[in-house]
Amino acid sequence: MTTLAPLPDETLAGRLKWTLHDYRTIVGQEFTHLWRQPVNFLWQLGFPIVMVLLFVYVFGSAMDVTGQGAGVDYVAYAMPGLFAMTMAFGFMNTAMAVASAKEKGFIDRVRSMPMASSAVVVGRNIADTIHAAIDLLVLFLIALAIGWRSEGTVMETLTAFVLLLWLRFALIWVGVWIGLLVKNVEQAGNLFALAFPFGMVSSVFTPPELMPGWLGTIAAWNPVSATATAIRELFGNPVAAGSSWPEQHALMAAVIWPVVITVIFLPLGVRRFRNLGR
Amino acid sequence: MTTTTVEAQNLGKRYKDTVALEGFDLAAESGTVLGLLGPNGAGKTTTVRILTTLLRFDTGTARVAGFDVGRDARQVRRRIGLTGQQTAVDEVLTARQNLVLFGKLFRLNKHQARERADRLLDQFGLTEAADRQAKGFSGGMKRRLDLAASMILAPQVLFLDEPTTGLDPAGRREVWDAVSGLAADGTTVVLTTHYLDEADRLCDRIAVIDHGRNLVDDTPAGLKRRMGHDRLEIVAADTADLEALHGIVAAVADGEIAADETASSVSAPVKESVAALTAAATAVRDRGLTVADIGLRRPTLDEAFLELIGTETKEGRQ
Repeated sequence: MTTLAPLPDETLAGRLKWTLHDYRTIVGQEFTHLWRQPVNFLWQLGFPIVMVLLFVYVFGSAMDVTGQGAGVDYVAYAMPGLFAMTMAFGFMNTAMAVASAKEKGFIDRVRSMPMASSAVVVGRNIADTIHAAIDLLVLFLIALAIGWRSEGTVMETLTAFVLLLWLRFALIWVGVWIGLLVKNVEQAGNLFALAFPFGMVSSVFTPPELMPGWLGTIAAWNPVSATATAIRELFGNPVAAGSSWPEQHALMAAVIWPVVITVIFLPLGVRRFRNLGR
Repeated sequence: MTTTTVEAQNLGKRYKDTVALEGFDLAAESGTVLGLLGPNGAGKTTTVRILTTLLRFDTGTARVAGFDVGRDARQVRRRIGLTGQQTAVDEVLTARQNLVLFGKLFRLNKHQARERADRLLDQFGLTEAADRQAKGFSGGMKRRLDLAASMILAPQVLFLDEPTTGLDPAGRREVWDAVSGLAADGTTVVLTTHYLDEADRLCDRIAVIDHGRNLVDDTPAGLKRRMGHDRLEIVAADTADLEALHGIVAAVADGEIAADETASSVSAPVKESVAALTAAATAVRDRGLTVADIGLRRPTLDEAFLELIGTETKEGRQ
């Protein structure tokens, strides 16, 4: 005996309910991953943690970002930068996960089923954002442990947290697009060579003012810098901002940049997904 | 009464600079197993991707379970299952979690999904491994889990793209049994393979495809008849005997005799294979010769293809 799979009601509400059901199922799948691979999760945090240790303890004593002498306030300057950098590199996780789902035929299987096939991608995004929030919490705790403090109010601190996730959320679309673009997981992994300068040529560890002119301009306009500078202001940490527009209007830039990224990469990702059928 | 469950006519598909399918026809009767047999790059996967609504095509029509693949993709998706070339299971999840996940995506509630998972695990002999991560499974187990996942709702049509590639003999047997069982329960199966024995064992009909075109469409028995005869092969123990052996083979041969000096062997196609073998063996004994080996050899798939392609071109010319 063969059975017929159900279809959603042909109403807007019916379709919406149907789609949400699939999103929830895929998010649930991602969380089962987290639950089953706690070690993996810790490894992903390993990179920012190593960066914290390197920059704060190895290079930190030689860094003079506030003009008050080497090493002064470096932890307070670098920690918000590290938060922003972790969010920036997060899109690589998305790209690898999407590339893997594509390579293993998971996306094909889902597309041949009567479910909302966008769930593979959107469900991922929701899960990734929640995942990033957990990443951030763990990093906050580590930062607190090594002496970093937020001088801002609770509201300001929470706003900073939301701005960080806002950047991560926008970059997910870049990750989705890349994940669908590359042939396999290996290729996606190779793109770290591009992701690394994207995260580092910014105000994450050093003020753009201290870089050679042209590089400083790139760094100042880097979306990662906008978020880093904005949250430094919110946390009441040393800012060391230059005179460029995004550095002077960091909060606004930190809101706008992710919008720009989403507006560009969301349609690209959607088009790529549709073109899987070509 | 039989109905045609899968029907494609004049399918054409072109990628940027290569033609994947050209004027390809395909038909599978309800409840039968149709094999798509062909070398790599022949267009097998393209055909499966088109029929499972994953790929748009340029020309022709395709209907699956009574619905147009292009216009009624959603209706088609309700009625099909797909097991692609890669095992599309989530390797981090356990076998049971995988099946429950797909069950939920097919709108089963938690209880139904668990119940269905249990039945499938049992049916595919995965009950013992049910709560282990799929990561640690053997190739055959992963494939069976993959098959189980594509059968959550016992689809009307199941598509399998090279279901046994990369499996050991035991794994292949497991998959074959599962497929036969499904077909017996009324599911129409379309599978691609480049193994002749697999097509022979599982399929009711075989469509041979090459360069995106239909080559032959026949039953396994019919296909074998077209593939030419068995070859009788004798390997000499002493090269001095080659000439005598040549004579023995010539007496029963039905076609050109091939002698291979380096392998010290003589072979030729034979019609009544068992009779020819007996006659040749008797002749060898009567003459008091010793041979290293004597036996019948089925044509390999490569030879079969060459032969098929050869026949087609000849027929085309006439």
